[in-house]
Formats: sequence, C-alpha cells, structure tokens
Amino acid sequence: MRAKLLNRARLLRCAIVPLLALPLAGCDWVVLNPAGDVARQQGNLVIVATLLMLLIVVPVMATVVLFAWRYRATNTEAKYDPDWNHSTQLELMIWAAPLMIIIALGAVTWVGTHLLDPYRNISRIDAQTPIAANAKPLDVEVVSMDWKWLFIYPEQNIATVNELVVPAGRPLRFRMTSSTVMNTFYVPALAGMIYTMPGMETKLHAVFNQEGAFKGISAHYSGAGFSHMHFATRAVSDQQFAQWVDSVKANKNDGELTRAAYLQLDKPSIAEPVHHYAGVTPDLFNAVVDLCVQPGKICMSQMAMLDAKGGVPKEAARLNVAALTYDKDGRATEAPVLPGSVVAQTDRFVKAYCSDNRPMAAPNADTQAPKTLDRLRGAGINQATGPRVSLAGPLLQPAS
Amino acid sequence: MTAVPLPTTAPPQWSPLLGRFSLEQLPFLHEPIVAATFVGVILGGIALVGALTYFRLWGYLWKEWFTSVDHKKIGIMYMVLGLVMFMRGFADAIMMRLQQAIAFNGSEGYLNPHHYDQVFTAHGVIMIFFAAMPFVTGLMNYVVPLQIGARDVSFPFLNNFSFWMTTGGAVLVMASLFLGEFGQTGWLAFPPLSGLAYSPGVGVDYYIWSLQVAGVGTTLSGINLIATIIKMRAPGMTLMRMPVFTWTALCTNVLIVASFPVLTAVLVLLSLDRYVGTNFFTNDFGGSPMMYVNMIWIWGHPEVYILILPIFGVFSEVTSTFSGKRLFGYTSMVYATVVITILSYLVWLHHFFTMGSGASVNSFFGITTMIISIPTGAKLFNWLFTMYRGRIRFDLPMMWTVAFMLTFTIGGMTGVLLAVPPADFVLHNSLFLIAHFHNVIIGGVVFGTFAAINYWWPKAFGFKLNQFWGKVSFWCWVPGFWIAFTPLYIMGLMGVTRRTRVFDDPSLQPYFIVALLGALLIAAGIGAMIVQYGVSIWKREALTDESGDPWNGRTLEWATSSPPPAYNFAFTPIVHDLDAWEDMKRAGVGRPLEGFRPIHMPSNTGAGVVLAGISTLLGFALIWHIWWLVGISFVALLVSAITHTFNYKRDYHIPAEDVAAVEAQRTAQLERLAQTQGATA
Amino acid sequence: MSDATHHQDVSAPLPASLTKLGKFWDLNEHDHPEGHSTMLGFWIYLMSDCLIFAMLFAAFGVLGGNYAAGPGPRELFELPLVAVNTSMLLFSSITYGFAMLAMQRGSVSQTQMWLLITAVFGAAFLSIELYEFANLIHEGATPQRSAFLSSFFTLVGTHGLHVTFGLIWLFTLVVQVSRKGLIQANKRRLMCLSLFWHFLDVVWIGVFTFVYLMGMLR
Repeated sequence: MRAKLLNRARLLRCAIVPLLALPLAGCDWVVLNPAGDVARQQGNLVIVATLLMLLIVVPVMATVVLFAWRYRATNTEAKYDPDWNHSTQLELMIWAAPLMIIIALGAVTWVGTHLLDPYRNISRIDAQTPIAANAKPLDVEVVSMDWKWLFIYPEQNIATVNELVVPAGRPLRFRMTSSTVMNTFYVPALAGMIYTMPGMETKLHAVFNQEGAFKGISAHYSGAGFSHMHFATRAVSDQQFAQWVDSVKANKNDGELTRAAYLQLDKPSIAEPVHHYAGVTPDLFNAVVDLCVQPGKICMSQMAMLDAKGGVPKEAARLNVAALTYDKDGRATEAPVLPGSVVAQTDRFVKAYCSDNRPMAAPNADTQAPKTLDRLRGAGINQATGPRVSLAGPLLQPAS
Repeated sequence: MTAVPLPTTAPPQWSPLLGRFSLEQLPFLHEPIVAATFVGVILGGIALVGALTYFRLWGYLWKEWFTSVDHKKIGIMYMVLGLVMFMRGFADAIMMRLQQAIAFNGSEGYLNPHHYDQVFTAHGVIMIFFAAMPFVTGLMNYVVPLQIGARDVSFPFLNNFSFWMTTGGAVLVMASLFLGEFGQTGWLAFPPLSGLAYSPGVGVDYYIWSLQVAGVGTTLSGINLIATIIKMRAPGMTLMRMPVFTWTALCTNVLIVASFPVLTAVLVLLSLDRYVGTNFFTNDFGGSPMMYVNMIWIWGHPEVYILILPIFGVFSEVTSTFSGKRLFGYTSMVYATVVITILSYLVWLHHFFTMGSGASVNSFFGITTMIISIPTGAKLFNWLFTMYRGRIRFDLPMMWTVAFMLTFTIGGMTGVLLAVPPADFVLHNSLFLIAHFHNVIIGGVVFGTFAAINYWWPKAFGFKLNQFWGKVSFWCWVPGFWIAFTPLYIMGLMGVTRRTRVFDDPSLQPYFIVALLGALLIAAGIGAMIVQYGVSIWKREALTDESGDPWNGRTLEWATSSPPPAYNFAFTPIVHDLDAWEDMKRAGVGRPLEGFRPIHMPSNTGAGVVLAGISTLLGFALIWHIWWLVGISFVALLVSAITHTFNYKRDYHIPAEDVAAVEAQRTAQLERLAQTQGATA
Repeated sequence: MSDATHHQDVSAPLPASLTKLGKFWDLNEHDHPEGHSTMLGFWIYLMSDCLIFAMLFAAFGVLGGNYAAGPGPRELFELPLVAVNTSMLLFSSITYGFAMLAMQRGSVSQTQMWLLITAVFGAAFLSIELYEFANLIHEGATPQRSAFLSSFFTLVGTHGLHVTFGLIWLFTLVVQVSRKGLIQANKRRLMCLSLFWHFLDVVWIGVFTFVYLMGMLR
C-alpha cells in the first residue's frame, strides 16, 4: 500500500511541484528531485506527508477565512448564538480528524523510517532494479576535519580531500566519523544527512542512479571555516571510476596518507583545495574513530576494554595522562605523548590491544564488537601478579 | 577563493587583576561595525541618562518601578525588557539577511566568520531567552493574578528578584557586544565545539552565565506563579472555572519548573568542563558530547511549549471576547493543554534524528511528535467553532489572531513533516527548518504577543492603542513574514543549509534578496509598532477608556478599573461560572460601594535589585576569570541574602479610608461615563 | 447600583440587592495569612532541585563506567567510611526532627540546642566527605582524571554544597530564633529548612545506593 502511495506521489510530484514553484525556478529542487534512490524515496515521503496533511490543513484554513468573513460583526444576517459552546459530535470530530491523519502518517512513518534507515543495507538500486545477489558495495570512509572532508577508499587504497568520486549504480557504504567537532555529511542529491561525530562512527547506505556532478556539504555548523566546508561529488560510470582510481594511484605528488600525513592534514585549514593520496596506511579510519592516530596514544577501545573489566588499580590514576589526552587541552597541543622509554612500552601496549577492534563502530552485521577478550589477558605483555594488575602494569608510570 | 583567516585557538592572556581582560578584547577598537554601534549606544545611553536626570525621574523609577513588588508593574517591566531585547535580536536578524544577500560570487560579504558566527548565536539566544521569555512571563505576571481575582502573586518579593535576574542575564549578553565576544557555537552551544579546546575565548562563558543568571529568575518565577494559581484563586473558582489563559499559564509554569533545572544542570556540567577540566562532554577521557545533546533538548523541547502555551491562552481569550461568545469546547481545550504539557517531554529526540539512532527509536519519537499535533489541532478547531455563530469584531487583537490561525497552521504542517524521520534526513539543519520554526515562533509567539499587547494595553494604561498605526504594523508584519520566509522554505528544498556565511551558487542570490526585502518589511512593521505606541501615548486623552472593560470582556481582569488600583480588587470577587465577569454583567451586579476594609499588601524592597545586581557582577567576574571579584561578589551575595532574611517587616495595610477614596473616584468615573453614554444615546 | 449604599448589618437579613452583591463579592473577607503558600512554593522549589540531582544522577548513570583506563569504584571507594558518613547525615535528620518537636512545644532553647546538634552532625558529614575527596585527589583520582570521576565528584559535591548552604541557613535561623523567638515567620522558616534537610537525606540515600553500593558491584 505504501509503495502504491509512493508511486502515486511520484506522479503527483511533477504536477504539484511546478504548481508551487510557478513563479520560481521550478524543478531544480534537489531535495524533491534527487539523483539517488534513497534521497528520492525520502523526497517522496516529504510529498506524501505534505499531501496527507493538506487533507486537513486546506479545509481548516478555508474555514477560518469563511467563518471570519461570514460572522463579521457587520454582517447582521449571520446567526448569532452567544451561548453555543458545546457539541459532543463536533468535539468528537475535531479530535478524530487529526487522529485519523496522524494514524495514517504514523504508519507511513514507521515503515518509511525502517526501510530508509541509513544503517540498513539498501535493497534496491531503484524502483525497478533489485540489488544483485553478488553486488558488493563500495566502501568509503569519511572523516570530517576542521574544515574539510577526507574520503578514504579502503578497497582501492586511495584517499581524497574535498572530492568524492563514486560509480553510479553501485551501492555505496559510508563509514563516518569526525576528528574534532560535529558535522553532518550531506549530499542532497544522494541521500539524507547523517552526523559525523568524534570518537563515534555513523553509517550511511545509498546509491546514485545518474551520473553527474553534485554538491556535498556539511549541514551542521562547525566553526569558522564551516561555510567553505563543501566537497565536489561526482557519480561516474564504473569504467570512469576505475580510470579515476588509476590516475589517483599514478599521481604520487601528495604521497601516501600515512599517520604523519594524516596528522598534518588534520590541522585546521579553510577552503582546502582538492588533493589525492596514492595510498593509505592500513586501518587508519579505525584509528581515527579510536582517537589514536598519533603514535603512542591509547585508543578509546583500549580504554573501554579496561573499563569493562572494572578499571585498573588506583595506582594507575597516576598514569601519565598525556597518553590518553586527545584534544581536551586544545587542539594546538601536540606535546610528546610519553617521555623516554615509556613510549616504547606504551607502543607495545597499544599494539597488543588496539590493532584490530572497532568498539565505537555502529551496530551492523559487518562491524561487530570483538568476540574474545583473550587479548586482554595480556598477550605480549610482561605478566605481573594477577590478570587485572598485569593489564595495568605498563600503565603504571609515575606522573612525570 | 578568498583566504579566510583561521580563528585563534590560543586562550586569552590572564592577569590577576583583570583576569582575561585586555585591550585586545575590546572589539570596537578594531571592528568598524562594532565601533559604530558602540558610539551609537554610548550616545543613546548618555541621552537617556541625561533625560532621566534632567526630568528628575530616577527617584520615581526607583520607588515606583525598580523596587516595586506589584505584579502589574513587574509584568510591564518584563514587556519593556522583552521589547528592548527584541530590537537587539532583530538587528542581528537584519545583519544576517544582509550578509547572506550579498555574499555571492566570491564576495565575503561584510561580516567575517568571527563576527557572523556571533551574530547568529546571539540572535537565537536573545530571541528565545530575552525576548520571547520576558514576553510570556510578563503577560502571565500581569494577567494571571487579575484573572484569578487575587491582589498579587504568592511571593511578591521573589517576583521582583526574578525580573532583575532575567534582566541581569540580558545585561551580560549585551555586555558581550562591547567587552570581549559572544559565543560562536549556535544557540545551543553543542560540545565539543563549545568546549575549551574549540572555543577558548570568553564567548561561551558569556553564554553560560547569562543563561544561568536569567535561568534562576525564570525558575523562581515559575514556582511563584504555580503557587499563585493553586493558592490564590478567588473563592468559587474551581480548576475547571479558571480562564483558559490561566490554565495555559499554569501548564507553562509547570513546564518551566520541570525543565529549567535541566538547563541549569547541563550548563553547570558544561561550565565544569570549561572551568575545572572535567570530562562530561569532552572527546577524550570517556566524556560524551551526545549526552549534552540529549540533556539540552530535554530542556529545549518543553521550552518551545513554554513559549507557545500561554500564547494559545491569549488567542483563546481574544477569540472568545471578540466573537462575543463563550469559548467553544472549554473542557477539551483544557485537556488539550494538559496533554501537550505531558507529551512535550516525550519528543526531544526529534531534534537529532540524524545522529544515528536506530529506526525504532526514531519512529517512536517521530510518532510521539505527530501525536502532539492532535491536541494542537483540536485547539485550532475550538477557536474556529468559537468564531462560528459569533459576532466577530475585527479589532487589532482579533486581526492578529486570524493571521496566527492561518500562519501557524502552515508552520504546524511543516513541523509534522519534519517529525517524519526520513523527511527530516533531507530537511534537517536546512533553511526549511529555519523557516519552519520561525513560522511557529513568529506566527505563534510574536503574533500572539502583539495580540496580547493590543488586548491588555487598555487595562494596563487606561487608554487604547491607536488603530491606524497598529494596522500599518499588521500589514507590514504579516506579508513581511511570508516574503522573508517563503524563500527559506524553498531553499531548504534546494538543499541549502543554515548558518552558512558565504555561497558559491549565484542562482540562490535572488531568493536571499527577496528574504531581505521581507525582513525590511518586517522592520517597517516594527517601526510602525513603535509609532503606534508613541502616538497612542501622545493622544491618550482621545483614546481613554474609562469603563475598564473596553472590549466587552469576559474574565475578571475587566471587572476592575483601568489601570487597576494597587490592590486590584477592593473586595475579592466570588466566582460561580466560567467567564466570571460576563456572569456578573448578566446578573447586573455592580461593585460594593461601602464597607471597605484595610487591605494587606506587600511592601516594596530594593533587595531584588541588589541581589540580582551582585549575581550579575558574579557572573561577569566568572566570565573573565577575575577570581578576586568572584570571591568578593560571592561573599557579598551571601551576606546580602542573609541580611534580607532579617527583615521581617515586609508588608503593610492600605487603610480603609484610602481604599474608600480610590473606590469613590472609580464610582465617580463610572457615573461620568454613564452620563456621557446616556447623552450620546 | 445605588441600592448597595445601605449599611451592611450582619444581624439582620440582607436586602435582596445586597444578597446579590454578596453573591459575587466577598464582603466579609479576611487577609490571606502571611506565608500561606510558602510551604507549597518551597515544596515546588525542592522538586526543581530534585530535577538537578536527577540530571546529575543521569550523568553518573551514563558516564559512571567510563574510567578512562583509570581506577574504578572498587579501587577507590572505602565503604566503611561512607557508611559512617551516611549515619552522620541520618542522625542529623533525626536530631532535626527533635528540633521540630521542640519547636512544636514552643521551647526556644531546646529548639536551638537540637539545631546545633544537627549542625554538628552535618559538619561531621561534610568533614568526612572532604577527607574522602582529599584522599582521592591525593591518589591522583581527580575530577579531571576520567568521566566517571567527573560525574562522581559533581554529584557528591553538589550534595555537599547543598549541605553547606543548609548549615549556613541553619546558623542564620539559630540567630533569628534567639532574636525573635519562635514567631510564626521563624516557625515557617524552620519547617522549610526541615523539608530541605530531609530532602538532602533522601538524595544522599540515592547517592549511597547508586554511586557507592552499586559502584562496588560494577
């Protein structure tokens, strides 16, 4: 029934939209006329919901005008009944009418919200084309920074800044986070927006149905450079995409996106020009989510695992907290993490626990929390008296 | 592309004597726009102070107004505060409209990011906290005790103190214009952006402390009005005989008391993060910025109902009075109000559907949000059927009401649209959202405030407002609103986002120019409104209303003279029906003319001004990290609060002779009126 | 209207016009007694304060497990000390109750004595709490160390701050009672402080249960 409604809405769209926009630009309202199937369904829902509500809004507004005119004081012909103030039937009607609309809209909402859940794999390329059984989505890892966008293509092993190039007709799977403050990732032509947040991962599934150049923006204010925080988005054919990947790989001008290069990129800049990286350090995105790109930092997932065990002995409170500090003392702070030999020990510690986990990852079948806590029992670390103490052993360094 | 300078990330220098203050923190020394404003404000301030001194008005203001505990005077002071701050907030709006209309084709406009980001933050904060809140608080303060037949509120001193705390918060916001900076975070100051790492300056601290100081006032005022409505109703006025405005005021104040502490708590946690280095909302050490977003919206959503509910009450009174009919469906109106009150706590997540909650959570909050539209819709129908078979007089309050009914319906519709999560995914944070909430706040709260001002002005001052200039204002405001915000609706559907300072798509510019024209039309409307007040005061003799009941009102505030005597009613009315005054008029009963007794009244006190002044100073010292001043003002606050409790003599009796004299004047006034009416008839 | 100019005579039956007047106006009204809504208003204030604590509890509920690779409650809390502390506050509630009983009897000196005993218990509570805080900070478990410790210090500290202001209030009242005696205004104030004091006791029960006892079980 809902599909029918949506289909009808699509027919109506070209009737309604120009009508509303008569004196205006017309059909470049990207939200209602996007290039991606997900955004199209969301846009259709906007229209369906609007039409449903107009069912009651238009009569109400007409009646307001009618009553205001008819019962004006100068119109002595209209009936005047100063004591009429109650009618059970009418009251039933005025509660029931909006209720009916809301029941209909609520049903549409419940179904639509679940079908268009950005965390859910898309089930179709467009209304006619179900997704192929062997279709593999293109993964893109998105990092919003002050004030630019980083896109990592793990499969292709390349990265771009302020430019998103994807094949049309292939499902896209975005994993998103932020390095500093909140932003939203929004390509109006592709799909609705989702926040990017530091230390957290969000997801978005979508597909482009047309090739073309589109606009991507941050839709959540994030500071001084926010207005320039947009990125060119291009949907191209599979072949063009492959060519583009090759050209990025061939161009070694900007080098690889190593951890050092990432930290350099992460420094605030406004209106950063588009540039590409011909290679990416493995697992960089996970480290970004874990707030531990900088060598020697203890990852959030690491902290979370220790916390899940009930914390560490209180002597660990005296741990040199620099290894834990991400941006609390200001993003300008880039003091060496741990002095002297402690670095090596922390490195080992971090490697032991932090190399492969995504605990901040969004709940999804392909991103699961670690199944075993074996690593926590201390592989690669000197054992001390008991398991809990041994965990904290490397951390137990005096404050200075 | 033009290079935009990066913001400074270094915290300001600190010195023991001046804290973080230095000459660099005076923006008018290096920003021409602020400098011009500064000169204007200084000249205006000197002129005002000079005039008050020249006309020897300080003593009068202090004795009759600033220290007054009379709910009517406090209500009027709230309205004045709201109007002044409304002008400031509107100036910010015009600045934004102008910037967005010219910042195309590589132009950076005339505002740099540092300035522009402050402007939109200040606009939001000022309009909600220091314009809309004083408006509704002022209306409730003025009208509620009169409507329930009381002589004052339950805690008159607290009322005065609350007003001055609100004013203290407004003073801090205004100070940020010339001393330092305001926040550049958006009006809700989401961390991590509002954390020390990304906002090291004094801006966010101004935000925190202005809201904290004003928040104390708001919470206490809420407690005060709840106690007043519960305890001080006239005999016979059962809950279901309360005027609808009083009902909405009760629900609003319940919402205030049940939500402002949440704001206080969340701002305390944010300030601890900024002042002490705790980890509530930090990225690292286990902090959770999402917790802030949840907490602030648990306050933030009820807040919008705090603003709109009393305005619904205003429209109920106005519709019923000007239709010459009892309100249709009073009972369902009351239940609708109560249902909205309760539901407003179950919808906060709809402000961040796009932050990655699961589909079931999003649907739940989406559907609860839609459910709120049912009682709201029922209210609209009730007003509609109140008009049905009425004799509608289109005076200014009723004109605003009809404009509200037409405008707010569209705003409500776009609101329900945004409550559909997949639709919100494409419209959230867009100009569509901006258009939506201005549609309900201007179309609801602002139109309602104007209806209320035109409706109760004769009660407060004894003369009506000039119709002509009121109509000019109306016909500028209503089309102006639609011209200003329709382009925003459209641009939202084109994927244009809010808080953007410069644009690179030249096809958008015409829309922004139209929006600017709309804003200028609104400016003309505000101008006409000020002229309306001025002309009405100037020609008040011609507009005088001697009857005390210029609109053929139905509720008890119209039963006394205009303006009412300090004690409101010489004898407390007894209520037998809804619309108690209409009931009295039908019964043909007059006022008692004899047997006056002394009336017990609260005394004026300067304690509220002193305590709120010291609190504001404390806030100022905290903002600038001037720790010695923090210490001194804190101790001073404590000492003066304790000292105040040693004053046991807080009330007096108006002697019966004085009451009799005032009432005799009133009798004479009414007799004069009856004669002139008889003569003209 | 002119009918109403007759003198009202309580002994004689009212003329019809005056009955009508008396139906709509309270011709024989008494003042609202001073402070008639104070208890209600103060109760509403307490509920608003309760919401502040609710938010702090909620923050602790969310962040209470985030030790940031630092020590957790099992490592930090010393239950026996907290138990002693709890008993201090509970005793202070009891003694405040005795102060109220003395107030009912109208005995100024006994009221003051019980108030001062309450203050001693309250001060003991605060001292033990400060000792606990000092110990934690000395061990490096500062509010800055982890989100768990931030929310712990804020929740417990806010309660402690309330007790501190309660003590200041209490001393103010002792002075006011000695100056003015147990007049109605002072009685009302003592009852408000009583509500406040017991309220803090109830909040502390929550702190003790959710923060300390359940913290040890985490």
